[in-house]
Amino acid sequence: MIEPETSALDIARAVASGETSAVAVVEATLARIATLNPLLNAFTAVTAARARKRAAALDARRAAGDRLGPLAGVPFAVKNLFDVAGLSTRAGSRINRERPPAEKDAPLIARLEAAGAVLVGALNMGEYAYDFTGENVHDGPSRNPHDTTRMTGGSSGGSGAAVAGRLVPLALGSDTNGSIRVPSSLCGIFGLKPTYGRLSRAGSFPFVTSLDHLGPLARSAADLAAAYDAMQGPDPADPVCAQRPVESTLPLIERKAERLRIAIAGGYFRAGVPVEAAAAVAKVAAALGAAREIDPEAERARAAAYVITAAEGAALHLDRLRRRAADYDPAVRDRLIAGAMIPAAMVANAQKFRRWYRDRVLALFDEVDAILAPATPCTAPSLGQETFVVNGLAMPVRANLGIYTQPLSFIGLPVVVVPVVLSALPIGVQIVAAPWREDIALRIARALEAAGAVAAPRPAM
Amino acid sequence: MTSEDEWNEFIAASARALALTVEPAWYPAVRTNLATIWKLAGLVAQFELPDDAEPAPVFRA
Repeated sequence: MIEPETSALDIARAVASGETSAVAVVEATLARIATLNPLLNAFTAVTAARARKRAAALDARRAAGDRLGPLAGVPFAVKNLFDVAGLSTRAGSRINRERPPAEKDAPLIARLEAAGAVLVGALNMGEYAYDFTGENVHDGPSRNPHDTTRMTGGSSGGSGAAVAGRLVPLALGSDTNGSIRVPSSLCGIFGLKPTYGRLSRAGSFPFVTSLDHLGPLARSAADLAAAYDAMQGPDPADPVCAQRPVESTLPLIERKAERLRIAIAGGYFRAGVPVEAAAAVAKVAAALGAAREIDPEAERARAAAYVITAAEGAALHLDRLRRRAADYDPAVRDRLIAGAMIPAAMVANAQKFRRWYRDRVLALFDEVDAILAPATPCTAPSLGQETFVVNGLAMPVRANLGIYTQPLSFIGLPVVVVPVVLSALPIGVQIVAAPWREDIALRIARALEAAGAVAAPRPAM
Repeated sequence: MTSEDEWNEFIAASARALALTVEPAWYPAVRTNLATIWKLAGLVAQFELPDDAEPAPVFRA
């Protein structure tokens, strides 16, 4: 019996064994989306006909004796900056919905479907991914399943809402400065931002090419690993995508984490951190026996990432800003206009600092296997909330929910966010590993799940 | 730059150079964003790196 709570891997096992059919899974998923999406505003398009057709084809293949893939019958949805054949890739914007429909799916969608998964729709997001709130002036905000008056976090807000709300067990998002990790934290789910260059970004609308990543969100570490494994591999269509073979993580995920050297990020990640974020890190650190603290000089890294993002993002949009400024979300437009006015020297300096910081942090990984850090400063703010207080300072929410995620994606490190429940609203902790060691971060996430220290809480819906 | 007038002059001149229209109502938010960027870029600039420090992106022919 497939319940809304059923994991992606359990769905795949049930479909592959014939215990249930892909058609039954997809019908149940579409019914749940129809019931709950009006509350959560997670989906901007539901690809029902396509999903039904694909599910029927999977069932026919099984009936004919074919062996189905590792994600057989698993429904998934993607942030609406992924190309989906037949849909305009809106990237959360009003302007892009005038684009002609995409002719083919993004490669990551094709890879998940090659593993048996079934696309059921496209998901809400902050405009052009320049957002940490999940609010969108054109489509309305995605809403947090744990309290629909609160933010999902963004910019992959619909991805967070759809997975946490049990509409789908798996979603894809993008993460330039934290856009997978922030909604994972605020919605209480697991999220993986892989190493920069690990997963192909072809067929997705860009934001800051030198910082853009794509990755999965799910409700367990194993589901993240299964999705990640299915999407790996080189892709000539994305020049950034690494020439690395598939390195499967799921077969390694049950390995014990006890011998791993795990440290806590200090300095910027500790000073003035709000109580609930600090408590979440402390809970995870205690479960892992991590006590050593290291200080990776992250404040300047975050500053440099901010400058590069503003300048590169503005360069991408400059011509559109000239022609269509009034059609942007004002909060995005005003940030992009400011970004267009940044002197080149500021960006060049930030890129020089980026290399220095990378070398310094990589040296830390000679001594440790993973680093723990808060994912967000707080649990989900209220929708429409414009400021919050961190380290005694009032800050704009939109630009600062990612203050702890931004210094890590800046140098492309793989990060798994794990959900911690300390009150009615969950909050995430980042598990950061060395480049290409997603397996380590996923193993630690799985060990924390097995120890009962982290879990995706079930919302009352 | 610190004063509102200085930022306004900078925004107006930059907008002209970039052929961007910045409506008067947008100035306060653009100013706030620029001030944040300048502050953060200043933090990066304070960190001394040698002249031969390579930027992170490396072009290969």
